[in-house]
Amino acid sequence: MNANIVNFVYLLAGVLFILGIKGLTKPKTAVRGNLLSALGMLLAVVVTLLNMNTVDYSYVIAGVVVGSIVGSIMALRIQMTSMPQMVALLNGFGGGASLTIALAEYYAKLGTTPGSFAELLNPVVATSSAFGVGVEGTVALIAIGLTVLIGAVTLTGSLVAFAKLQELMKKSYGLPGGPIGNALFLIASLVAVALVVVDPGNVAAMVTVVVLALLLGLFLVMPIGGADMPVVIALLNSYSGIAAALAGFILGNTVLIIAGSLVGTSGLILTQIMCVAMNRSLANVLFGKMAEGGETIDADEVYAGKVTSAQPDEVAMILETAQRVVIVPGYGMAMAQAQHAVRELADAMEARGIEVEYGIHPVAGRMPGHMNVLLAEAEVPYDKLVEMDRINPTFEDTDVVIVIGANDVTNPMARDVEGSPIYGMPILNVDKAKTVVVIKRSLSPGFAGLPNPLFAMDHTLMVYGDGKKAVIEMTTALNQA
Amino acid sequence: MDILILLLALFVLSLFLGVELITKVPPTLHTPLMSGTNAVSGITLVGALLAAGNDGSPMLVNMLGFVAVTLATINVVGGYLVTNRMLAMFKRK
Repeated sequence: MNANIVNFVYLLAGVLFILGIKGLTKPKTAVRGNLLSALGMLLAVVVTLLNMNTVDYSYVIAGVVVGSIVGSIMALRIQMTSMPQMVALLNGFGGGASLTIALAEYYAKLGTTPGSFAELLNPVVATSSAFGVGVEGTVALIAIGLTVLIGAVTLTGSLVAFAKLQELMKKSYGLPGGPIGNALFLIASLVAVALVVVDPGNVAAMVTVVVLALLLGLFLVMPIGGADMPVVIALLNSYSGIAAALAGFILGNTVLIIAGSLVGTSGLILTQIMCVAMNRSLANVLFGKMAEGGETIDADEVYAGKVTSAQPDEVAMILETAQRVVIVPGYGMAMAQAQHAVRELADAMEARGIEVEYGIHPVAGRMPGHMNVLLAEAEVPYDKLVEMDRINPTFEDTDVVIVIGANDVTNPMARDVEGSPIYGMPILNVDKAKTVVVIKRSLSPGFAGLPNPLFAMDHTLMVYGDGKKAVIEMTTALNQA
Repeated sequence: MDILILLLALFVLSLFLGVELITKVPPTLHTPLMSGTNAVSGITLVGALLAAGNDGSPMLVNMLGFVAVTLATINVVGGYLVTNRMLAMFKRK
């Protein structure tokens, strides 16, 4: 096929990807946007297949069939509460694909046919001219090296993120050297990339890049805790995009570059949004612990004798007289699978003419937008989900706030106590409401490990127990009243 | 060299376009945005197809290509399907 036609179709695919993301700027146009984007992908794949000259289709078909089956099963069976795991896994596969493409391209250009794994390491006589004329050869080699590096880090990093989110890996392990150890690993991988660029036949150096980068991915994500996962997932998302764009430079393929850079920026912007919402720098999330507080705050001192607990039916009595209620969900709601129960409580309140809205903190849950998807699943209309900046001024006119499974994002110490480890983190000002109801298993601290003075305030009622059960009991009591 | 500069220009312009587009996506749709862009990053499938189907290249290259095609297809199929599933749930009252 004419190369111009192929490139024209790639351009068309790129435009469809852009329109697809543009569609995602409004919930109304989002479904259509996603379909446009999928159409672009189909076009790009079909034209690539048609354009291949002498093709051995067996590997291609085998890969497409296996991939389609696995992908469909994952997508159709996954629960909405497990969406962060799903995205982490998909990120990992994207990184793995870029890694293997770069390796395939490397060995293809070398033209070697190693018969065994041992032969893989044998040096080959080759110059950069095998990869392109003059500067282009060197650039192609740099792109291959970096794609292998980023692809491998994305692969293992995402798998660790998946294991942590799925709670297969509960503890946090890290390289003994901490950030310094990771930096040494990174430098060593970059040196190995440089060796490959200088002497493309140095196959051992290429294998070293692969091994070091796979390990680096493990060590980077292993020390990072659950509540910081939104940042990690967003960052790995951007890596998978950057790896795709780099692969585009290797193959001289325009659509890979357009698509890869769109994904790369998307991930970076989300990372930035998450970091701002936690008032922490990216370096601090990746390498630091939560800042140590000036003095340790004794939980007993905060809570002693000041915490009021209540039963669900008592809460229902307060709700009866309320005019405006705001529900603040957190990861605990996902854990308890309570989103449907919460919707039913909201329905019961609305039936009585109570105005109900949801206040969503940007880092509530384990990935950006996690709460919104869960509540959408429970058929809560999306215009009821109000972001932090818009809901905060309304708390003073709110009769009751129901906090379910959220902790740190409501902690007034972040606003009031200078020197507190979380000072400066933007929070939902739920304590400004007339009554605050907190549904929680116990007074145990959140991810930041801090007591929450909100729980001890005079107008706060603690409802202990399973979130789903407590909410259902409130609904029943409200309906009977 | 000419091609390289063109590709670089495309890359840089796409980055700026990405920033303009993504900053307009509302927080409500951030999860579908992530899974959707994930599917888009499965565009590496195009590169994978080229590697897997290259007749006459060493067996190792085809094998690596097969792995790449499988992983990228999971990304594409899984990503678009799950995004569609999620977006279909977002309804206005």
